[in-house]
Amino acid sequence: MPINYYLFLAIALFSIGVVGVLTRRNAIIIFMCIELMLNAVNLLLVAFSKMHYKQAAAAAIPIANPGIDGQLFVFFIMVVAAAEVSVGLAIIVMLYRNIHSVDINFLNRLKH
Amino acid sequence: MSISAILFWVLSVAALFSALMVVTSRNPIHSVIWLIVTFFAISGHYILLNAQFLAVVNIIVYAGAIMVLFLFVIMLMNLNKESEPARHRWLQLAGGVSGGALLLVLVAALKDTELKSQQSLMLEGNTGLIKTLGQELFSNYVIPFELSSILFLSAMVGAVLIGKKD
Repeated sequence: MPINYYLFLAIALFSIGVVGVLTRRNAIIIFMCIELMLNAVNLLLVAFSKMHYKQAAAAAIPIANPGIDGQLFVFFIMVVAAAEVSVGLAIIVMLYRNIHSVDINFLNRLKH
Repeated sequence: MSISAILFWVLSVAALFSALMVVTSRNPIHSVIWLIVTFFAISGHYILLNAQFLAVVNIIVYAGAIMVLFLFVIMLMNLNKESEPARHRWLQLAGGVSGGALLLVLVAALKDTELKSQQSLMLEGNTGLIKTLGQELFSNYVIPFELSSILFLSAMVGAVLIGKKD
């Protein structure tokens, strides 16, 4: 597949995530839209990691595993996302316990 | 059209449609389920790119662990269509327009790049296999790998500390 199909697919998924963050008021849905944006970036990183595979394998000095850094980067993004979700959902549960709502318009009460 | 091209289009349409349903459905439970469908479509893309390890990790970590956590929290709070807060109509329109403008700007900026002739290799290459990734992860990337365990430990302590009833 041409690489720019993947590029446009990832851009579309990322923009849908941005629209979700801007239009919804439920904090959990906003969190899910952030996960969607992270996944769009992951997809693009994997697609780019396979871009120069043939050239790198056929070069005069062949590279051992071309594109492996991109895939490991995706792995670390998943690690960070899992840690982020656990802390973020704990904050949302704490918020719900105090004000009985997950509306983000009430999140400014966190500063008091 | 080859079978992998057909699969690419089917998975792309599935991913885009389910991502739109995540944003538009009123019921939060439906949003979670559509997001799981999106993650499965993206995992299908990883398999097409022969990134098998990432495909499996995506299903286990995202669709398996993270989305179950979301579902659990939504059911704990008993959120449904009636309790769902809605933004003002004009703010929704403004959000949609600005997201669409972002899409338009990115596509317009990137449509004439010289990447157009580049192909993304499908169904071959052993970069994404668990053997090569594991060897690289435990040789050159061993320090970030161990640091991520410290990150998980601190996230766990933070989640327990925040969620504790004071």
